[in-house]
Amino acid sequence: MSFISYLINGISLGSIYALIALGYTMVYGIAKMLNFAHGDIIMIGGFTLFVVMNTLGLPPLVAVLIAIAICTALGVIIEKVAYKPLRQASPLAVLITAIGVSYLLQNVALLIFGANTKLFTSVVTVPAISLAEGQINISGETTVTIIASIIIMIGLMLFIKKSKAGQAMLAVSEDKGAAELMGINVNATITLTFAIGSALAAIAGALLCSAYPTLTPYTGAMPGIKAFVAAVFGGIGSIPGAFIGGILLGIIENLSKAYISSQMADAIVFAVLIVVLLVKPTGILGKKINEKV
Amino acid sequence: MKKALSFILALSMVVSLTACGNAATSDSAAEGTEAAATTEAADGTTFKIGGIGPVTGGAAVYGLAVKNGAQIAIDEINAAGGVNGAQLEFNFQDDEHDAEKSVNAYNTLKDWNMQMLMGTVTSTPCIAVAQESNNDQIFQLTPSGSSVPCVQYDNAFRICFSDPNQGLKSAQYIGENGLASKVAVIYDSSDVYSSGIYEKFVEESKNQNIEVVAAEAFTADSKTDFTVQLQKAKDAGAELVFLPIYYSEAALILAQANTMGFAPQFFGCDGLDGILTVENFDTKLAENVMLLTPFAADATDDLTKKFVETYKSKFNETPNQFAADAYDAIYTIKAALEEAKATPDMNAQDLCEVLKTAMTTITIDGLTGEGMSWTADGEVNKAPKAVKIVNGVYTAM
Repeated sequence: MSFISYLINGISLGSIYALIALGYTMVYGIAKMLNFAHGDIIMIGGFTLFVVMNTLGLPPLVAVLIAIAICTALGVIIEKVAYKPLRQASPLAVLITAIGVSYLLQNVALLIFGANTKLFTSVVTVPAISLAEGQINISGETTVTIIASIIIMIGLMLFIKKSKAGQAMLAVSEDKGAAELMGINVNATITLTFAIGSALAAIAGALLCSAYPTLTPYTGAMPGIKAFVAAVFGGIGSIPGAFIGGILLGIIENLSKAYISSQMADAIVFAVLIVVLLVKPTGILGKKINEKV
Repeated sequence: MKKALSFILALSMVVSLTACGNAATSDSAAEGTEAAATTEAADGTTFKIGGIGPVTGGAAVYGLAVKNGAQIAIDEINAAGGVNGAQLEFNFQDDEHDAEKSVNAYNTLKDWNMQMLMGTVTSTPCIAVAQESNNDQIFQLTPSGSSVPCVQYDNAFRICFSDPNQGLKSAQYIGENGLASKVAVIYDSSDVYSSGIYEKFVEESKNQNIEVVAAEAFTADSKTDFTVQLQKAKDAGAELVFLPIYYSEAALILAQANTMGFAPQFFGCDGLDGILTVENFDTKLAENVMLLTPFAADATDDLTKKFVETYKSKFNETPNQFAADAYDAIYTIKAALEEAKATPDMNAQDLCEVLKTAMTTITIDGLTGEGMSWTADGEVNKAPKAVKIVNGVYTAM
């Protein structure tokens, strides 16, 4: 019975990783850059919700919409100011800029909100599900997170496959130069990618902070890195891969905590990652794209 | 492949950047000016007590509390006629919680002819300064440096419990009061404070007939999800969960245990002090949580009431544990001076010699414990005080 509990908790943690990983993988897949500030946009989303709900006293749904708006705007601004000028630079330069943006956001939040931990009020009102006479509890946050990440995954896949903007994204990800020649506005497409990625971050922030209700300027950092690992695990650039990678990472982490050692859990997670990447370097669902000469 | 390499590099950079925040600068401490020990006595009519602690920077809240708490004690003693007929002089220097600045502050105080040192407030600078004060043989009493090496030399003593001692006292408290026989521990294996308490707790629990049914760790990298640790504690039938951790994680643990429908007795150390001040925290979650804290501002004994009243009227805030530690530190110095029949015309080295002996013979009833006494290795013996959170406030037990 406790195995099922561990499994459910693992899925719950994993669905948060999956949700964050979707944002990572989408930006990577299209803009071909790792947005290390993604975790911190999640944190900004969390603080926005906190301020809107607790200081202004608005209902959770309105707060989530405001957080999405602010994070989207922030993502677009960051892209314009920090990443766009580096479009022709080496990927390493962009990566370092992203880390810089990440620290900037953390320290700005530290200045504004201070280092003290804040307790977050859950935005989820779905009741918990109790099975097997109360031995297994599935919290409302878990249910909502799993459903939200599935919906977002399917939504993103449909968007990319069916819509014009999505097709443009696909084209940009294959070959920026050729896409431009075909009349696609590359800059606008990348900006749109960041806008969607940041909106996803706001939703992830709302659910992360609801499931694990503490909020500090460093809230997003570690889940961000774990989610990045999940994205690599599933095959970075692949949307269903991010989902599967996230869920698997959560399950492996929780089961190794439960049955092997709570102290060794992270080491085990990363050991599994190394093994997977040795066997399948592109990740579980990653495709090998042959570079044309 | 290149790209993969750069990801890994970047990742390791992120990790190392976050890790280097706490790096101590203790090596540089040894470079402090080796000025010849001031052998000339002070002006010989007052006792000169130096104080060191952070009054600016991130740890300022601790240093300010110590400074204020000590000042109250100094004023009280002086108003009542001083020590052995001599007044006390107090000079408090800022170290910004930095080992190097702390040694500079120590040298400033030495130039001022300090005869004994009440400080430093935080552990890392305290270790550096203890090195210096031992070289100079100046008596040092830290109110709150809880790390083991703070009092490694024979001229240094402390008011607070050391980290391992908190584990010892917690196990004893739980055992002696029969709070539980099956205990689970959730601790942070990446933190010296937490793992120090944990190790000693497990060691002592055997003597107290406490069965540690689950000892679950987490690290600074994975401190959001505690459901597994809690589930294991629950499955193992723990009646009490011991939390030798800081309050931010404890707040999460309490919330997650509540969601799981797991309601054991929770018991923590002074790291839990502050849990009620977490913004937006539902204090109902902390109901019945017990913690071992040496000082509760709403205790009803006369000494505490008087101290809290004076502190509030002077500094306009409620004193914390650090202020109480400092208040006790000054009274301890007073008692030791009286015990040694010291006079203000003695030099620092002679004072250190007599105070070292006096410290092991005195007994003090203070804010942070009754019947406090010291061993020659600098550690304090006092009964631990536990408080229970009832209706959202600390209640003495």
